[in-house]
Amino acid sequence: MLYLKKEDYDKILKHCVDGLPNESCGLIGGTKDGSDKYIKKVYLLTNLDASNEHFSMDPKEQLNAIKDMRANGYELLGNFHSHPESPSRPSEEDKRLAYDTKVNYLILSLMEIDNPVLKAFNIDEEKNVTVEEIKICDTI
Amino acid sequence: MVVTIAGEKKKIKEGTTVAQLIIDENVENADYVTVTINDEFVDSENFDSTVINENDVVEFLYFMGGGSL
Repeated sequence: MLYLKKEDYDKILKHCVDGLPNESCGLIGGTKDGSDKYIKKVYLLTNLDASNEHFSMDPKEQLNAIKDMRANGYELLGNFHSHPESPSRPSEEDKRLAYDTKVNYLILSLMEIDNPVLKAFNIDEEKNVTVEEIKICDTI
Repeated sequence: MVVTIAGEKKKIKEGTTVAQLIIDENVENADYVTVTINDEFVDSENFDSTVINENDVVEFLYFMGGGSL
């Protein structure tokens, strides 16, 4: 289970809506307790591709985010990106480019702008996809 | 000698290159990993020739990207 504060969900949503029509992206850092993962901070990164069909995170921003996580005692829990015009599920390209099997991949679909859908996935080395449940809470 | 790898202090052999460190650290999907030493990005073409020095801070960053199609 992945726990996400409502205010952090709102940050992700705003970042992705502000980035339309392009895809937006970022990282999530936090702590683990067994199979439970608590997102303590979201990092809003630049999509270097500036595209509505694909994204690449800025590695310099990625490094700064990782350093901030370490300074706060957090670990990298995963990343997120938006699908402006498609459902919240990993595309073939998402699966192909999911090189870190230890993190969650969150996808926010904005295909229905009034009904955004955020889901989290695990993608293993064989590119098998499983859903990780997300619980959005007022506090964690 | 002591270096910091992904936030943890570790002892490695003197003369260890970035390429060897990737092997020693069992980094998965190493072809898609970016390496920084003391916040400087190391070109992948130089992994074999770049030697880690005492007290260096090394990070492994996975390329993160994807698409909606």
